[in-house]
Amino acid sequence: MNLDTLQNKLISAARRLPSDERVPLAFEKRVMAHLTSAPRAGELQWWGRALWYGAGACAAVALAMSVWSFVPADSADGLSDQLEQTVLASANEAADIW
Amino acid sequence: MSEPTSHDPPDLVLIAAVLRGEIARFEPIVARYSPRIFATARRYARLESEVEDIVQEVWSKAYEKLGTFRGDAPFEHWLMRLAVRTCYDFLRGHQRNRERNFTDLSEREDDWLERFVADPSSSDDADAARQLIQRLLEMLSPPARLIIQLLEIEERSVKEIAQLTGWSVPLVKVRAFRARAEMKKCLARLAREKYL
Repeated sequence: MNLDTLQNKLISAARRLPSDERVPLAFEKRVMAHLTSAPRAGELQWWGRALWYGAGACAAVALAMSVWSFVPADSADGLSDQLEQTVLASANEAADIW
Repeated sequence: MSEPTSHDPPDLVLIAAVLRGEIARFEPIVARYSPRIFATARRYARLESEVEDIVQEVWSKAYEKLGTFRGDAPFEHWLMRLAVRTCYDFLRGHQRNRERNFTDLSEREDDWLERFVADPSSSDDADAARQLIQRLLEMLSPPARLIIQLLEIEERSVKEIAQLTGWSVPLVKVRAFRARAEMKKCLARLAREKYL
């Protein structure tokens, strides 16, 4: 069986199929009824989404705070000592020379 | 499609009114373009209830996003992009028919194939051929089906397809290549199942 010929024949049969533009009776009325009832649902959806985002942000902050609370306190002190030594290094050297 | 007459207000006037809050002015737009959207949806969904759901979804999205319509291209183009993307979403969400095979061909489809094998130039019974191509299309992946429909059946250009789908031109070309290969694979399966 020649698959290329078969494919071409099937595609050309599909091309000749007229488009079916039938619309159910009063479909536009149905769409309008759906749309006029939609704003309320849209509003609820907006609130739902906003609350989920809020919950996500709160969870992230809580996680960051708990991680921070587990960091040993002396390592923070050590950092501040190192910073102080670095900043005052030149002043200490000057004091030694004098 | 019901073409707008000289008495019908133009799309831009109706759209401006809807955006001002006159929701009722959306109805003539729905009536004007629904035939075209129904025709598009029927190319991707088989059941009439699914077709109606797709069209309803297109109009809901159109109403929600109406503010993003800039008016520098015809409203119909903007709407058809929305329709094609909604149909694609539908295809991605309804892939249940892809597992169909060729063992349950109807008698007409079988006859058509028998005649094709005997004489590939015969071209009678277009309905059977259409049923067969429909069956093949339903077996393709959603991107392949969309590409075959737009590129091969509707004979649209790659650029047009890129605009309709929101894909880049190179992506359309890659997907077209893969779609043709997928189609060929399905046809080979048909030949194997029926004639080996």
